[in-house]
Amino acid sequence: MSEAVVTGTADVLPGGAKGIVADFSADKQAFQVPWGKAMMWFFLLSDTFIFGCFLTSYMTVRMSARDAWPVPSEVFALSFGGEPIPLILIAIMTFILISSSGTMAMAVNMGYRGERNKAFWLMMATAGFGIMFVSMQAFEWTKLIVEEGVRLSHNPMGASQFGSTFFMITGFHGLHVSAGVIFLIVIGRRVKSGFYDRTRGNYEMVEITGLYWHFVDLVWVFIFALFYLW
Amino acid sequence: MAQESGQQHPISLYFIVWGLLFVLSFFSYMVDYLDFQGGLRWTLILLFMFLKAGFIVAIFMHVAWERTALKVVILGPPIALLVLILLMTYEADYTFMTRIDFFGEGAPRPEAHH
Repeated sequence: MSEAVVTGTADVLPGGAKGIVADFSADKQAFQVPWGKAMMWFFLLSDTFIFGCFLTSYMTVRMSARDAWPVPSEVFALSFGGEPIPLILIAIMTFILISSSGTMAMAVNMGYRGERNKAFWLMMATAGFGIMFVSMQAFEWTKLIVEEGVRLSHNPMGASQFGSTFFMITGFHGLHVSAGVIFLIVIGRRVKSGFYDRTRGNYEMVEITGLYWHFVDLVWVFIFALFYLW
Repeated sequence: MAQESGQQHPISLYFIVWGLLFVLSFFSYMVDYLDFQGGLRWTLILLFMFLKAGFIVAIFMHVAWERTALKVVILGPPIALLVLILLMTYEADYTFMTRIDFFGEGAPRPEAHH
């Protein structure tokens, strides 16, 4: 039935198990983008599901918690001498990450224009913002662990599930930012050394790095809204 | 091999989106700062969240200029997450009610933030 029904190809393709092999090795191209970019998108898609599952678990755990859930806007308040300003640390982290997203977008643009030096310095600026972000997260974790006594298994401010979800979600995101900083430095050095001029001279690798970085920013948009503003 | 000469767009467009992201982030922060509650809070938070996400994906990640095949592959599968979210709200409600039944009311839930 299903054998040899593929039309539009030069040869009639086999069916059954042979057909599977034939199709997967048929050297066809579905996506009209460089393969590296397609692969980065597939990776990001799988990452979307990881973070999607994390945030959905967070929702489930919080909705089913019997004890009072700590109010993020108070937990993450910070005072600079006077009255504590609610959620200010997280707001600053958000602005830092958005700034980094902008410099990254400009780096991709400069890369395609062939302006190697500008692309390099914009990528380093992006990495710098990333390091600032992770440092502030380290500060936030230290405050929570040392001063407030929040642990993975319990939480003196109320529902014990707060600790586990908080450390899992922000920790996994912080890990992504750290990996992104390393990624940026590696690719940035290659841009500066003219590596992409010698190898066919296109700067799509900068765009692929950019895709990863923007994704990290994108995840933060969701974490900020769903975790911190809830 | 690159089929197209890469994604080249005017710099002004990036600056506009960059500015918009700052403004939208500021608005979402204001939702918390001004302590909006209930339905208004949720509407605003989700609105700003999806606007920001949309701008990042469409402009910064260049999805707006990609071919439809790639768009479908990138944006289609995450819709499955909506089903998961729906199922888990029922599950969470059930777990919550079961806990109340067996352990009684705990410390009061923060009603304001739900």
